[in-house]
Amino acid sequence: MAENTAVAPAQVGSELDLDAISREMLEVIADMHGETEGAVNIRKNGCLACRTNSDHVTITSKTDNPGIDIRVDAGCKNEHVHIPVVVTEEGVHDVVYNDFFIGAGADVYIVAGCGIHNGGDKDAEHDGIHRFFLEPGSHVVYVEKHYGEGEGTGARILNPTTEVHLGEGASMEMEMVQIKGVSSTVRKTTGTLEADAKLVITEKLMTHGEQHATSDLDFEMVGDGATVRVISRSVARGNSVQVFHPNVTGAAACRGHVQCDSIIMDNARVTSIPAIDAKSTEAQLVHEAAIGKIAGEAIVKLMTLGLTEEEAEEQILEDFLS
Amino acid sequence: MLELKNVSYTVKAGQDSYDDRDHDIIRDLSLTVEPGKLIVITGPNGGGKSTLSKLIMGIEQPTGGTITFDGTDITHLPIDERARLGIGYGFQQPARFTGMKVAKLIRIASGEKRMSSAACNKYLSAVGLCSANYLDRDVDKSLSGGELKRIEIASILARNPKLAIFDEPEAGIDLWSFDKLTATFEELHKTQPDHTILIISHQERIMQMADEIIVIKDGEVTRRGTRDEIYPTLMFSKNQDPACAFTRTAEAVSY
Repeated sequence: MAENTAVAPAQVGSELDLDAISREMLEVIADMHGETEGAVNIRKNGCLACRTNSDHVTITSKTDNPGIDIRVDAGCKNEHVHIPVVVTEEGVHDVVYNDFFIGAGADVYIVAGCGIHNGGDKDAEHDGIHRFFLEPGSHVVYVEKHYGEGEGTGARILNPTTEVHLGEGASMEMEMVQIKGVSSTVRKTTGTLEADAKLVITEKLMTHGEQHATSDLDFEMVGDGATVRVISRSVARGNSVQVFHPNVTGAAACRGHVQCDSIIMDNARVTSIPAIDAKSTEAQLVHEAAIGKIAGEAIVKLMTLGLTEEEAEEQILEDFLS
Repeated sequence: MLELKNVSYTVKAGQDSYDDRDHDIIRDLSLTVEPGKLIVITGPNGGGKSTLSKLIMGIEQPTGGTITFDGTDITHLPIDERARLGIGYGFQQPARFTGMKVAKLIRIASGEKRMSSAACNKYLSAVGLCSANYLDRDVDKSLSGGELKRIEIASILARNPKLAIFDEPEAGIDLWSFDKLTATFEELHKTQPDHTILIISHQERIMQMADEIIVIKDGEVTRRGTRDEIYPTLMFSKNQDPACAFTRTAEAVSY
């Protein structure tokens, strides 16, 4: 084991200046409780709260912009990285630039996420700009959860921008989840894929009340054998509004599939505009989109198993977004 | 355990119907079911069998009459309250659930959130789904009709209601699984002497398991009796597949 790189697991919230609200949010957005294995970088109200490197993951602060560079060594296996952000003060507008450099053949699990607790009447906003550079043959699982809470009238705004570049034979599974409580979000996710690269992105979103959510996804496959699968599932309740615009472009002998499923409830509105764009005769692209209310027969089935109508609805929504 | 008194179900003109006259789906039907029986309800398509079973579960509300279960008037109770009283229902065309695992459906059905995978598997095996892989499958369109149907039946086995209603459990199930299914029904009937099984079926093999057979036609009970009394009178044609005797050539069968 190299000298000075072996670091004790991060003690989240114990020796750090993290209050109960922050600790609870870390559990929700990053499954962090107590000790967390691997590399950790916690950002709170626009400042670094905690950082731990691991044997094969080095996190450094950027010098030009707020944010960090995360470097994962080539060939390392089963590395874990947690880089959650919490915002607990009103009036904060935090913009952060995080770049991930994944070495060839590395295999890493990355958990990002942002929780906003806004107890005041001024808006709180976090805009995370994440870029991923995957060297050939590397594999990344990326999980990002967004969550808002707080009794104040101030908006909780999250505008993430995510850019991924997958080298030859690299693969990435992205799971991006907006749990609840986010007043407004504009999500932009883009990417390019070289030959034999593989990307599966699952986006899950729930909006309620007067919330607005817009999600634009745009991926281009430039190498033969590349595959992209976009799975979008959303639930719109109350008076909330959702707009989806996923696009997959095929410029080689590649395969792309876009699938959007939304459940609409109450007075919500969902607009789903999946697009596919072929620049090669060898590109095989498919899109499908469906919007509808909860299937009546599914509610009835669960009621025959003893659940009330309300319990059945909640169960169906929970599984739909699971 | 179950008593239907003068139950009617009429679809009014213009309501779930495009023509301008009322349709009597169930007509002044009275029926008593004793505990511990395996009863097969049969009869021609459109005769009211499925509607009758839905009225018992509460999926449809009767337009007249009363339904009593174990001494409680359940005529106007919602589905979930009837379920909690001990009525279960296996759908002819089961619902699909995006994102729900088979194991979760079995656990919800059983009421045991922490039921072990081995215990879940027991119910799947009973319907001929022997692979443990099924537990992690989603109960969605990735399952074939036959797989979904067997999982539906497994959910009723896991629920283990006092009164289990199965609406055409054989529909969509292959021959090999069907053997397993009939054995499971027989086992269920033998091991739980106080539970009642009500099966809507046209299948000869299922009728042969019955303690009683009830024939429903035009919304009424036209015949009822023990298997030995009713079964020979159904006059299956010797020249055709017995499974299709009712459905294919109804005129060949005497109700």
